[in-house]
Amino acid sequence: MNKHISPRLNRRAFVIGTAAVGAGLAIGLDIPFGGPAVVRAADGSPEIGAWVVVRPDDTVVIRIARSEMGQGSLTGLAQLVAEELECDWTKVTTEYPTPGQSVARKRVWGDFSTGGSRGIRSSQDYVRKGGATARVMLIQAAADAWKVPASECTAANSVITHKPSGRTTTYGKVAEAAAKLTPPADVKLKDPKDWKLIGKGVKRLDTVDKTTGAMIYGADVKLPGMLNAAIKDCPVFGGKLKSFDEAKIAGMKGVKKVVKVGDTAVAVVADTWWHAKTALEALPITWDEGDNAKVSSASIAKWLAEGLDDSQPAYVGNKNGDAKAAIAGAARKVEAVYSYPYQNHATMEPMNATALYTADKCEVWCGTQNGEAAFAAVLEASGLPAEKCDVHKVMLGGGFGRRGQTDYVRQAVIIAKQMPGTPIKLLWSREEDMAHGRYHPITQCKMTGAFDANDNLIALHYRLSGQSILFSLRPEALQNGMDPAAFQGVAQSGEAAVGYSVPNLLVEHAMRNPHVPPGFWRGVNVNHNAIYMECFMDELAQAAGQDPLEFRRKLMGNHPKHLAVLNAVAEKIGWSTPAPQGVYRGIAQVMGYGSYVAGAAEISVTDGSKIKVHRIVASTDPGYVVNPAQVERQVAGSFVYGLSALFYGGCTVKDGKIEQTNFDTYNSMRINEMPKVETVMVPSGGFWGGVGEPTIGVAAPAVLNAYFAATGKRVRSVPLRDQNITFA
Amino acid sequence: MANLTINGKTLTLDVEPDTPLLWAIRENAGLTGTKYGCGIAQCGACTVHIDGVAMRSCGVSVSEAEGKKITTIEGLASGNTLHKVQDAWIAHDVPQCGYCQSGMIMAVAALLNEKPKPTDADIDEAITNICRCGTFQQVREAIHTIASA
Repeated sequence: MNKHISPRLNRRAFVIGTAAVGAGLAIGLDIPFGGPAVVRAADGSPEIGAWVVVRPDDTVVIRIARSEMGQGSLTGLAQLVAEELECDWTKVTTEYPTPGQSVARKRVWGDFSTGGSRGIRSSQDYVRKGGATARVMLIQAAADAWKVPASECTAANSVITHKPSGRTTTYGKVAEAAAKLTPPADVKLKDPKDWKLIGKGVKRLDTVDKTTGAMIYGADVKLPGMLNAAIKDCPVFGGKLKSFDEAKIAGMKGVKKVVKVGDTAVAVVADTWWHAKTALEALPITWDEGDNAKVSSASIAKWLAEGLDDSQPAYVGNKNGDAKAAIAGAARKVEAVYSYPYQNHATMEPMNATALYTADKCEVWCGTQNGEAAFAAVLEASGLPAEKCDVHKVMLGGGFGRRGQTDYVRQAVIIAKQMPGTPIKLLWSREEDMAHGRYHPITQCKMTGAFDANDNLIALHYRLSGQSILFSLRPEALQNGMDPAAFQGVAQSGEAAVGYSVPNLLVEHAMRNPHVPPGFWRGVNVNHNAIYMECFMDELAQAAGQDPLEFRRKLMGNHPKHLAVLNAVAEKIGWSTPAPQGVYRGIAQVMGYGSYVAGAAEISVTDGSKIKVHRIVASTDPGYVVNPAQVERQVAGSFVYGLSALFYGGCTVKDGKIEQTNFDTYNSMRINEMPKVETVMVPSGGFWGGVGEPTIGVAAPAVLNAYFAATGKRVRSVPLRDQNITFA
Repeated sequence: MANLTINGKTLTLDVEPDTPLLWAIRENAGLTGTKYGCGIAQCGACTVHIDGVAMRSCGVSVSEAEGKKITTIEGLASGNTLHKVQDAWIAHDVPQCGYCQSGMIMAVAALLNEKPKPTDADIDEAITNICRCGTFQQVREAIHTIASA
């Protein structure tokens, strides 16, 4: 099993690393002597607090700690800062501080991690305060210059006005003076009803370069004298590199060096990546595959199925009443077993990182969802202290959770360390990317529901068996061995709480961890839990002879927010009126990442196996909507990702290796298969929920439930291609 | 050595004839707007125009491309004037991560050359690029905006 650095370890590394570095001078830090000195951005413009730089021409540079990978947070976070700053939005630009700079300044920009749909919701408070603090300082600087009370001045659109005299100035003109002021200890944030920019579907800030080819992704990084590396890691997870015959490729064009990467991988370094990859393919390699080479999808499925049996140990994640007793004494019970496979993130841009190692410095350029974790990986792999390392973040060609891991960063540094002074760009082939994912975990679920004589649901036993992500990636987050995240979507309370009240409920997890490394895959455990729960709810409704929507509603009286989004999709899709001839509907709801979502699909089925999706309606209540245009795109994109996994996905294991190698065996939806997603936003306010992930949970069950309505057949395993069900 | 005509310039590049055009464009010509996604002509991220036809450059060798007119995403605009597809992409805020969009834009530009007013069925048939972010809705809307202009 691969070893991963936990976030906790990262932070320890920071504390050690920062001791040797001079304290930064920015808002929020203690300044020992005299007034604060002005901190300047690379172009010499002054910082007005760590989050804002104002240039003389009134351009406002907003610092973004989280990573942009398509989800739109870069723009959303800038909106949050700009709302409080009262700056001219047309003159806003952004920049990423580096993790090294952040460490040197006592983590002034907070958490860099961009996963769990947390980018906006977990930093909205302090980034808005960053904007408000800068506004107060800029106004104070103008007031000081005019020798008037700051309370008589207002700011809007980067212009400061002294109301009584009508005098005006701009942010750019007072920035130097503002930067010298002591930041206010506390600032008041706007009442949401006064927001002007938050809630507006403004255009993304990163679009133009993405239409001209100018945007630089990790794979596009160029450094003077740079060489390129292609890598092959032991295809059996946990196996080792035994030997390779370097002599066989010695004469191949462009080849500079063949290097061992840790105990498990070998890389060829060449002038171009094409030369490196061509030589790597010609390199004879012997692996020590180890015992894991005996593992197959069938052996994993058998082991997981055993975990569904009550005799096996399991962790209880949610419980009320006595489900087992109620089921035993029930008038009628319904039982079903579902399963969900491994999935690869398959980001469009394969994993890559560029590293430059010298005796006293190690720098990395890469797309990462967690700059600080990447930084920690650079420290560990280079052996250099924090003040001699840094990570320069570039645009990610997709993340979906994969780029929260740092395996590829570590590899790049290990290679570069063997060629000091030469920048090395490591790029994985698509085949390597498919073989060495951090896969959506594999699970099975046995559900048993029980009815009383009046067809009321009196008990539900929900027994998961399968893999825990935290066990592998963050063991310190386990609670007495239990993985609390395994219950995402079916938990008692919290940000992924179940939306049904059942008098006797038992939700448990028999943890079984195969050797395939799991990871956080968009939606994470919500994916399979929502399929299991929402498809089984349909089965229960059918057993009770009730409409799937009405059946759910009766269980949702204590869950008004879950119910509200469900009602919103039901209304929009016209649940109370018949679907068009030959068209069938399915519905689903779930809570995840602090948001409430629901989905409904209209499909038709030809020959029992060819599905055409005609309509998708999706509703979401994330509390506050920062940018509705981006929410709409995340909701639609969640359906593309979720339905691609349902129809085409699934990674299988043979001889301990993943069998799928590229998009020909791990396909993805195309435009012809995807209908328009009709998004209904029902933000109820008062909380901040995530947006990038929750909706994926309802994509598959909405379609699967519609498929049952159309055919009378229940599909209880993914992907559909295994059952010869395809798009029409 | 090979002579390739890319974006109106003929370049003499130190590259073997069997090298995929994609890598000659990215590594030898240094134009990184054209992306590597799969290497087996499945995903479309590497789509360029060869004599005006949208082709997946990972599946075309340098020798096959010699003597032909190759246009990459960097050569789509006319000087400082963006191509109408690029304008529409900006107006509709199409890209999410954007990695597939160079290829998507090149595929759409070729479609519109051939069929200035494509129907939904035409779009479904011609645009087969993978986008893992799922920008298809905006892609379709942007094409229709151009077609109706």
